[in-house]
Amino acid sequence: MTLNFVVPGDDFTRAGEASGAVKQKMKQLGFPSDVIRKVSIALYEGEINMVIHAGGGQVDVEISQDAIDLVLTDHGPGIADIEQAMQDGFSTAPDHVRDLGFGAGMGLPNMKKYSDEFHLESEVGVGTTVRMRIYNH
Amino acid sequence: MANFFHSVTLDKDKCLGCTNCIKRCPTSAIRVQGGKAKILSERCIDCGECIRVCPHHAKQAICDSLDVLKAFEYTVALPAPSLYAQFNHLEDPDIVVEGLLKMGFDDVFEVARAAELVSDATRRIVDSGKIPKPIISSACPTISRLIRIRFPDLIDHLLPLLTPAELAGKLAKEEAVRKTGLPPEKIGVVFISPCPAKASSVIQPVGIEKSHIDAVIAMKDVYRILVGTMKEVGEPRDLSETGRIGISWGSSGGEAAAVLTDNYLAADGIENCIKILSDMEDDKLGDVGFVELNACPAGCVGGVLTVENPYLARVKLKSLRRYLPVSKNRIAGNSVPDSYLWDSSVEFVPVLQLDPDMQIAFEKMNEIDRLTAKFPGLDCGSCGSPSCRALAEDIVRGFSTEEACVFVLKDEMQSIADSLSRLSGIQKGRREAEAHDAGDGKE
Repeated sequence: MTLNFVVPGDDFTRAGEASGAVKQKMKQLGFPSDVIRKVSIALYEGEINMVIHAGGGQVDVEISQDAIDLVLTDHGPGIADIEQAMQDGFSTAPDHVRDLGFGAGMGLPNMKKYSDEFHLESEVGVGTTVRMRIYNH
Repeated sequence: MANFFHSVTLDKDKCLGCTNCIKRCPTSAIRVQGGKAKILSERCIDCGECIRVCPHHAKQAICDSLDVLKAFEYTVALPAPSLYAQFNHLEDPDIVVEGLLKMGFDDVFEVARAAELVSDATRRIVDSGKIPKPIISSACPTISRLIRIRFPDLIDHLLPLLTPAELAGKLAKEEAVRKTGLPPEKIGVVFISPCPAKASSVIQPVGIEKSHIDAVIAMKDVYRILVGTMKEVGEPRDLSETGRIGISWGSSGGEAAAVLTDNYLAADGIENCIKILSDMEDDKLGDVGFVELNACPAGCVGGVLTVENPYLARVKLKSLRRYLPVSKNRIAGNSVPDSYLWDSSVEFVPVLQLDPDMQIAFEKMNEIDRLTAKFPGLDCGSCGSPSCRALAEDIVRGFSTEEACVFVLKDEMQSIADSLSRLSGIQKGRREAEAHDAGDGKE
């Protein structure tokens, strides 16, 4: 089952819509709650990242009985130093975003933590693609 | 799956089959079929939203009548804290207690007393660290029921304590047995409830095997008589045994404030509560330690069986508690008595799951998606389901048909009309041709 979402870059209040919709579907499909939780958190962090850093993007979700694949694609500024970006607490979020309680530098680390497979490709000036897989045990 | 008893029911004669209730139900538990509303029992959480919204008063809460007092030799009233908020210029909770006695109850055990004990127990449980944080209050039965059907991950976070009403029922019965020497079954402990959910939870409690309450009377029914008997009270005796904390439980935030920590959250209104629980599922509440959730706006004072406007009621509670001691009831000893705790586990009831077999659930979901795309997306409710997607689900579950959608029906009728028109055109052409041929013959 494929689901596609556009994450608008200019509206913070809409971040989280994709993860909410995916969560709802997974509950109806009868996935175990810990799997739902991992997908929901990983995707939510991704959505927030796309709004803060990339001016929005695209979320593609493939749900099957064995695994959930999440592909988050944006055409934002790209990540210059991926290793640094993956460190807990490292953030380039602007102050106005931090004032809202975001930008703690845990977005990418959490996405990695809550997914079973995590791949990040990024090119400065071109954009970033994050691929995550969460297995249904 | 357990059978579900509900206090919220439908008066078929009054129901016009309009769509007000189906659109407002937070768990999509109502359908209109055959021109009448129908409550899907396993989904209903007794929140009372449909009672609030029904313009024809077809939705009602089943409670006991005042006649129930005659069924017992000795009766004890258990007034909910929200009862004190129903009266103008009430300066002393003693007057309410006196009024209840004048109404015919033999004794009164204020639920606010038990609430103070529950608060004490809550503080100890929060400190013990035995329940994962944030701890969710279990005092609102609607919230407990909601968690049971929709938020399985959060069941462990529920405070495993009797509700104040249940604890009051238990303590009142014990006290009455001691005072009167009567056998327990001859003593009736009667809860005066602000909401249908608390009435349902007496028949079917969450977390305990059997309720300690014998009967439930709607607050609005008691109110009619109580306003009269309260006027007859001269100088009231010093009977009320509640402090500020107990009174404060009547409105949103009172219970949480009594935990005496800073990092609590109190939300009210069923949709707001659902949002909080959903955020909590995704670890979004940060370091919040305690969560008080009340399904009704402004808390129990907003229950559908109350009389006063909830926000005004809240103001009244505030002024009533002003000169009361913080708390008059404490747990004796160092630990929470076992009898205050739940004696049965709360099990997840997956009513929203499409099928126990995931393969079939996927097939159903695909079919729901296909059907949803076919409908206009207006969520008009004319089909009797609350939204286009809900209709698609109902069809897949076998409860409805595509033609229930007036727009699908209209398209089908249009297509039939087009066919008829086309066919009649062909017929007409044929007749004309025949007439022409006949004419040709004449010439």
